[in-house]
Amino acid sequence: MNTSRSTFLMAPALAWLIGLMVVPCGLVLALAFFQRGTYGGVDYTFTLENFARVFDPLYAGIFLNSARIAGIAALIAVVIGYSAAYAIASCRRSLQPVLLFFAVLPFWSNYLIRTYAWIVLLNREGLVTQFMRWFGYTGEPPSMLYTEGAVIAGLVYNYLPFVILTCYAPLSRMNPELAEASRDLGGSAFTTFRRIILPLTLPGIAAGAVFVFVLSIGNFVTPALLGGGRFQMIGNLVYDQFLTANDWPFGAALSMALIAIMMLLLLVQAYASDRASTRTAPVREDG
Amino acid sequence: MKTNNNRTTTARKILLGVSLAALASTANAAELVISNWDGYMAPDAMDAFKAATGNTGEVVKHATNEEIMGKLVASGGKGYDVVFVSSPFAEVLNKLGLAETIDASKVPNLANLYPEAAALAYDPGNTFSVPYTWGTTGLCFRSDLVKAEPASWNDLLKPADDIKGKTTMLATDRWLLAAGQLADGFSVNEVDPAKMEQVKNTLIEAKKTLLAYDDTTFYSKLVSGEAVMVQAWDGWCNYGITDNKDIKYVIPKEGSDLWVDTMVVMKASENKDAALQFINFMLDTKNHAWAAENILYKVPNKAAMDSLPAELSTTYPNMAMPVAELTKFEVLRDVGDSQKEYSRIVSEIKAAQ
Repeated sequence: MNTSRSTFLMAPALAWLIGLMVVPCGLVLALAFFQRGTYGGVDYTFTLENFARVFDPLYAGIFLNSARIAGIAALIAVVIGYSAAYAIASCRRSLQPVLLFFAVLPFWSNYLIRTYAWIVLLNREGLVTQFMRWFGYTGEPPSMLYTEGAVIAGLVYNYLPFVILTCYAPLSRMNPELAEASRDLGGSAFTTFRRIILPLTLPGIAAGAVFVFVLSIGNFVTPALLGGGRFQMIGNLVYDQFLTANDWPFGAALSMALIAIMMLLLLVQAYASDRASTRTAPVREDG
Repeated sequence: MKTNNNRTTTARKILLGVSLAALASTANAAELVISNWDGYMAPDAMDAFKAATGNTGEVVKHATNEEIMGKLVASGGKGYDVVFVSSPFAEVLNKLGLAETIDASKVPNLANLYPEAAALAYDPGNTFSVPYTWGTTGLCFRSDLVKAEPASWNDLLKPADDIKGKTTMLATDRWLLAAGQLADGFSVNEVDPAKMEQVKNTLIEAKKTLLAYDDTTFYSKLVSGEAVMVQAWDGWCNYGITDNKDIKYVIPKEGSDLWVDTMVVMKASENKDAALQFINFMLDTKNHAWAAENILYKVPNKAAMDSLPAELSTTYPNMAMPVAELTKFEVLRDVGDSQKEYSRIVSEIKAAQ
């Protein structure tokens, strides 16, 4: 393709990316190097204090805790999502698109509404409690909403389709003869899964896990709604700096740190999946 | 904001054509931009204001004090004529030089206010702010679901076993801290680091027993029974009382803050006379009574309070509270540089496990 044509075709996307992504991020980054005014606003005096504050044990602790919650969510999503993708990939070919459609169906409704639905389900007088009562449960309703478990459930639920899709792709492409060969050579079903299927689909698992982790660690809606404000994640901290404390420079520094973590993870994931594909490709050709 | 108004003005000029001449007498009619909380004034207030003064206005909404403050500080107050903010924020606007002095001669309805309303510590004489609503922050509870009626802030912060996990607190910095400050016997404007450390620890302990932090739906949690005792502004507890007569409001023995929501004219306003007319309009007996009857907050307007139907104060006991008793409480003040420390303490409380 000639260069002038590709430049022409790329121009709108590039303009979009630069105007609505690179420039705003640059402005936020610039903001992080100034001081806040006593009453909010920005005092244009250069400082590195905001970045130093990110490493303050209090805020670093919130980062670590967010990473922990996001990590648990990613792990659970991978276990559930991989199983679901495996089941879908084992179904009749004609049925698979239908099942995938149902798996991503929730994506078509609003994130907030989906999250509010969990409040309706989990609150002390909610559907789950009513359902239990219907079965004769009379004791004190359990506390389910506004717990860390509720936050994790909300994150897993919302991001599960990503894992299903990223795991389904390698699973459905896998040559069934590889698994058959393993069994012919005496491998048990578990050994076949562990030594053949799992390694071949690892890039899909990694991609799904990184997606869930990256989307979860910066999330602020789910902890606010399902955590009842009792679980502060890094997204909530950033939100508070901009909308409550009116400390825009510190909020900017926090978001830059968050973006850096996300970029790093996505880079590692891209590098790993690149390596995995170059390593496995010749094997497949030989086989 | 202004551009939009200009466009509608142009459209109106073309449409009205001939009758424009008739409007010449109100040629200096201004278009105000007012920022207020959602539902904090009558939905038809601007129409009535136009009928009364010839001025038009647009009401934009803010969800929190902090949100509108962010905008005002960033824009130097430009784009707004009148803003509704709580007293410490009005004080900040004044300190930043963003608030215009109130010319009392242009607001004759100031005479409707209680004398106490012109003697509030943050702005004696209403020099840069005019009080719109005022009230207390206390405990709102289900009298049918608690064993003993609460009497102290510690009944919320160190709850009895049977109500653990069924209480909520406000998440907004000042009111969250006020609960701890009052429980520990300090001022609601306390800034001493050692005392604030104690308040922080009190509130971190309390957090372990909370259902949630909630600024907006706590009364519906009471109605559903999810929560049995919540920290609440008096008017918001009334929304619960409306739905369930077993819900009651009490001011703990350690006291309450006295919060005041005020109207402030921006120094950057180009329509200051109209802005003062608007404030005067809101202080009108009938208009100010609307706020009391619908928001269920007390208003600092004697004439308006006297005009309220008697059953309002039997249903909602907070409405009957004598002004002298209300103004005994300490009003929230701006704490200046210590606000940064307040933000940090709140972050620490919210991050605590």
